[in-house]
Amino acid sequence: MVNDKGFYGTFGGAFIPEMLFANVEELKDRYLDIMSEPSFQEEMNQLLHDYVGRPTPLYFAKRLSQKYDANIYLKREDLNHTGAHKINNTIGQILLAQRLGKKRIIAETGAGQHGVATATVCALMGIECVVYMGEIDIERQAPNVSRMKMLGATVVPATSGSKTLKDATNEAIRDWINNPVDTHYIIGSVVGPHPYPDMVARFQAVISEEMKAQLLEQTGNEDPDIIVACVGGGSNAAGAFYHYLDTNTRLVAVEAAGLGIDSGESAATSVLGTKGIIHGSRTLLMQTPDGQIIEPYSISAGLDYPGIGPLHAHLIDTGRAEAISITDDEALDAAFMLTRLEGIIPALESAHAFASLEKMSWQSDDVIVINLSGRGDKDLSTYIKRMEEK
Amino acid sequence: MNRIDKIIHDKSRELLNIYFTAGYPHLDDTRDIILALDRAGTDIIEIGMPYSDPMADGPTIQESGTAAITNGMTLETLFGQLDKIREETQVPLLLMGYLNQVMQYGLEAFVASGKRVGIDGLIIPDLPMDIYEEEIKDIITEAGLHMIFLITPQTSSERIRKIDQLAGGFIYMVSSASITGARQEITPAQLDYFYRVNDMDLKNPRLIGFGISNHQTFQQACEFARGAIIGSAFIKHLAANKDRVVSATEEFVHSIRNEVSDKALS
Repeated sequence: MVNDKGFYGTFGGAFIPEMLFANVEELKDRYLDIMSEPSFQEEMNQLLHDYVGRPTPLYFAKRLSQKYDANIYLKREDLNHTGAHKINNTIGQILLAQRLGKKRIIAETGAGQHGVATATVCALMGIECVVYMGEIDIERQAPNVSRMKMLGATVVPATSGSKTLKDATNEAIRDWINNPVDTHYIIGSVVGPHPYPDMVARFQAVISEEMKAQLLEQTGNEDPDIIVACVGGGSNAAGAFYHYLDTNTRLVAVEAAGLGIDSGESAATSVLGTKGIIHGSRTLLMQTPDGQIIEPYSISAGLDYPGIGPLHAHLIDTGRAEAISITDDEALDAAFMLTRLEGIIPALESAHAFASLEKMSWQSDDVIVINLSGRGDKDLSTYIKRMEEK
Repeated sequence: MNRIDKIIHDKSRELLNIYFTAGYPHLDDTRDIILALDRAGTDIIEIGMPYSDPMADGPTIQESGTAAITNGMTLETLFGQLDKIREETQVPLLLMGYLNQVMQYGLEAFVASGKRVGIDGLIIPDLPMDIYEEEIKDIITEAGLHMIFLITPQTSSERIRKIDQLAGGFIYMVSSASITGARQEITPAQLDYFYRVNDMDLKNPRLIGFGISNHQTFQQACEFARGAIIGSAFIKHLAANKDRVVSATEEFVHSIRNEVSDKALS
C-alpha cells in the first residue's frame, strides 16, 4: 500500500528538516522488523487483551437498523480502556520505543484523548511523559488535562500560532529536534512523516482484523457492504478500512464541516483542502493561496485538524473512499439519536459518523459497520449545553 | 558567477550571514533592512519568507513570521519589494522558507521570480535530498541558484558527503541538535562535531548557525568554519527597537564585528 519512500500514490513522504532526519530514519529502518518480532507481537497482544479489553464487541444495533432500514453494526472502540481507539496505537508505540531504547516520550494532543492514552501507557511502563497541548485546548478540555496530570504526565501548553492541535504538533516536533537521542515521539494519528502514517495504521488495523472475524461469525460474510468512520487525521478510519482496502466494501470517511463548508469555520479537508505539506507529509490541507496553513474549526476537537492523513488523501483522490461532511448541529443531533435509540453516548467525533446515515443511500439488506471510535464522557458539558438550549 | 561563490572567493575574513524575517517588524522594512545590513558589513543576507508552521525554527522566528503574515506579507509582495534591489546592492541574497510555500507559488514561477529580482540561493529546510535530486535540482541549477543544505551533529559522515556533492554555495552547519535560538554557549560536544567535520575536507565551505548571538560566539564559530549565521538574536534586537529599524540593524552588525561594545545594544 505504502511504497518504500513512504508515499501513497503522490501523497505522504517525509518532508522533514535535517535535525529530525536521524530520528525518523531510525524509526523507518526498524519499525517493521520490531513489529514482526514474536516477542513484540506476544507482549502487544497480551496487553491489548488483558489491559485494553480487546477484542472490542461488534454490536448489532437493532433499533438503529430499524430506523434506517439496514443491518447496522457498531464496532465498539468506545469500550477500550481510556474510552477510545487511541490506546491501540499508544500500546504499540510504547513497546516500540522501549525496544529502541528510548527513555522519554512526547506526544501532541487536541481534545486530550491521545494525550491520555499516551500518559496511560507511560504510567504503565514507568516512562517519563511530556504532552504538548494548545493553550486554548487546555482551557476547553480541562478534565483530560487533569487525567494526564494524575497519570504523571507533564502537560506543556503550546502558546505559538493558533494555540491548538496543529501548534501542539509543532511544539512536539521542536521538542524532538531538541532531544534527538533519548526521546520517542508518539504521534496520535496517521499523519506526520513516513513511517508514522503506515505505523499508526498498522497499530490501528486490529479494528478491521477483528471486524472480519466478528462479521463472519455473525453474518456469515466477513465483508460488509459499507464501513463508516469519522476522519480528523484519520487513525480510527485507517484502522477500520485497513483490511478492506482490496475488497469491494464501500469506505466512507466522515469529515467535520463545522458551521458549514462555506462558512469559513470548517474542518472538511477533502473539500476545502489542496495539495501541500503539513507536519512532514504531502497531503490535502487547508491553506491560503500563499501556502499559509489555515486554522480549522469543528465543535469536535478530535476532528479539528487542517490536514488529513496521506492514506486518506490517496483513497479519496482515487475514488476508493468517499468523503461526507457533517456540521456541528448534525453531529449533535446524531449523538442524541444514538443515545436514545441504543443507550450509547458517543464521542462527538464518532457522532459525525452516525450523522452521515442521513446523507447516504443503500439497499435494505446491506450490512453497514460504523466505527464507534470513542465514548462521550469527555463531551458531556457540550451535550448538557445542547439539552439546555433545546 | 553566483554572488555567494564570489564573496566566498573574494573575502578571507569571517563571513557574517544574517537572517531576518521579511515583513517584520513592519511590512515595508525589507529593503531598508537589506541595505542597512549590507552597509554595516553583512556578507550574506537570508531573507525569511514568513510561514505559519515553521517547524525548523524556534519561537522568536515563528513569532516574527506570525507578525509579518499579520502585516500582510506574501511572496508576491516580497518579490515586489525586492524588485530592482540589484540596482542598489550586490550583497548575496538567500531566500529561506518552507517547501509548501514554494509548492503553492509554483516551483518554476518561484525560481523565475527569484532570478528576476537577483536571488542567489535558497534554504528550504524541509526539502528532502531525494526529492531535491528528482524533482527540483535541474530547475535550480539551470537558473544558476544555489540550494543550501543543513547538517547537524546527528548527520552521518556518509550523509554529509552526499550533501556536500549536492549542495551549492555553502553548507549550513547546525551547531547543535536544537532549534534556532535555543542555546547560548559552545559546548565540548559541539567542539567534537566541529573538529570531525573540519577533518572531512569538504568541497563546500561551511557556515555555522544556531545559537550564535554576539561577537564572542561569532568569533568562536568562525574558528571552525568560514563564517557564521545569526537569526534569532537579530530578530530579538529588532523586536526591541521597532521604531528605529535602520540604526538598530547597523548597530547590531557592528556589535557582532565588535566595532562597538555589546553593551551599546539595548
